Amino acid sequence: MSKQHEVWVFIEQRDGKAAEVSFELLSKGRKLAEQLKGALKAVVIGEKISDVAAECFKFGAIEALVIEDTSLKHYRTMLYSRILGNLIQEHQPRIVLFGATVIGRDLAPRVASFTKSGLTADCTELKIDTITYLRKEYPDLLLQIRPAFGGNIVATIITPDNPVQMATVREGVMEMSPLAKPVNGKITKFPFQKDATDDLVKIIERHHEENKVNLKAAPIIVAGGYGMGSKENFALIRELADVLGGEVAGSRAAVDAGFVEHARQVGQTGVTVRPKLYIACGISGAIQHRAGMQDANKIIAINNDPDAPIFDVCHYGIVGDAMQVIPMFIEAYKHKLK
Amino acid sequence: MSYNSIVLVKQVPDTANISGEVMKPDGTVNRAILPAIFNPEDKVALELALQVRDQYGGTVKVITMGPPKASDILRECLYMGADEAYLISDRKFAGADTLATSYVLAETIQTIGNFDLIFGGRQAIDGDTAQVGPQTAEKLGIPQVTYAEEIKKINKNAITIKRKTDGGSELVEAKIPVLITVIKEAATPRPFKAKRVMAYKNARTLMELEKMAEGNSLLYIDQLKDEYITKNLFIKTITTDDLDVELERCGIAGSPTKVHKVESVVLGASAHETIEPSKEALGKLVEKLMEDHIFG
Repeated sequence: MSKQHEVWVFIEQRDGKAAEVSFELLSKGRKLAEQLKGALKAVVIGEKISDVAAECFKFGAIEALVIEDTSLKHYRTMLYSRILGNLIQEHQPRIVLFGATVIGRDLAPRVASFTKSGLTADCTELKIDTITYLRKEYPDLLLQIRPAFGGNIVATIITPDNPVQMATVREGVMEMSPLAKPVNGKITKFPFQKDATDDLVKIIERHHEENKVNLKAAPIIVAGGYGMGSKENFALIRELADVLGGEVAGSRAAVDAGFVEHARQVGQTGVTVRPKLYIACGISGAIQHRAGMQDANKIIAINNDPDAPIFDVCHYGIVGDAMQVIPMFIEAYKHKLK
Repeated sequence: MSYNSIVLVKQVPDTANISGEVMKPDGTVNRAILPAIFNPEDKVALELALQVRDQYGGTVKVITMGPPKASDILRECLYMGADEAYLISDRKFAGADTLATSYVLAETIQTIGNFDLIFGGRQAIDGDTAQVGPQTAEKLGIPQVTYAEEIKKINKNAITIKRKTDGGSELVEAKIPVLITVIKEAATPRPFKAKRVMAYKNARTLMELEKMAEGNSLLYIDQLKDEYITKNLFIKTITTDDLDVELERCGIAGSPTKVHKVESVVLGASAHETIEPSKEALGKLVEKLMEDHIFG
């Protein structure tokens, strides 16, 4: 198997626990590797991470490249980028994927700069295809599809002439699909070597709050937009979510207006969700928002503007004032449940 | 102890306020409908650099790479309080992706020299990549602190910064020199000072002076330039002639990523069912969702 066809995923871990986005990327990477007829490998950097490495086999990695040291316990730019940069330089994988998290967006560009690789941020779709660019045919290129210009256009980016193609993908965009039976993968350990630059940046304190909001796992989501008008009116969104046993969410405009906290933002710069039911109240439905919810099983849109773009992605559209429709909906629901 | 800062700024299309069609019929992006603005997080970065100067002393220089028109935001930087502004502009730098951009920025920073802190916004609103900062730091061989929220203190050759992380924050201490990218919560940009607006509204780049000279046979460019330098109204202009760069690493030639295709976002056909905002209709909808096992 040629090394040039390898697909690598940087596995992000915090305190020995892998980030979900890394498994989502392994799931996608597995399909890309199949098309390239290459191997899927996971790169795991940290301290005491053999469990994380073993978990990667559930998602199809055939090998985990592991670098362990006490100084690697927490993510630090200088150390992680040096290790990953050197590994990529030496092994020349065809594709390297990162989560578009704070860590991924700090690490990937530094590694791409060091290896002089192309890097595309926040891809919403990745495909392998043969492309003709400037009259030259490039077999098996990675098509990196991402929104641009504030989501008004979708661009397909390619890296035709570079050996290594890199991309970051936001959490929740790719679907996580574990294998029925884990791969009998191998763990390859690489030695850690200290460097004079290691301590240029030191972590003095860390505050980490486990995200209490788990929108991704919620079967029902009730989301409000700027059209709700005020923080007080937003209480109605909470009431409906309570009655239905769902989670509360908001559009970016609602978050910016302070109606709801950022952790509950759905959309391109928030969370991507696929609930059984998504109720959008007073949300106009800008592309950035739709990108985060359009794969919901059923979508109900409530908006007083009949031309709001949200009606183009919904299954049930209610033209009306959310302040009046929501109480009616709650009543109807309670009545039918009896 | 004083600190010299360089701030990386960018003029961007105002993607949040788009009116009309983004795509022209020929499939290219219609930039004309996009008003050009000062990238919001870069303005925050400048504010933070000015605060460091106000507290510790030193200088604040701003750099932008872009078309000649990007000088607009450099004047805004001067209005806010920047000491010096540089425009990097050359056709050979055009079409650069983040890798080629960071290469030219790093070369320019090295040419200017004498810096302790480099600031920039976390990302620009036209591409949202957040890549140029870290890539510039890598090329300069200095550390980076991204997603900076607050400067806690600067002590001799170390700066303590609170930065945002995934689901939390951390306090880091970085050795100077360091490149810092800031999020919008880090500071509120100060308004323009009327006195500075009066003083710098006539500040001009080399390209702008050349244009003035072209339209007037009595003006000689070298004389004009000297005059503007004397009046402290010359915005330093950097082209390929001023840098020792490898051209194959600049602009489109130096960009590994290429745009293969651009498509306007097309909304799916509207095939939804319209529900009347009445108790009866909503009751039926609830029943249907129960049948589909979404409720209950």
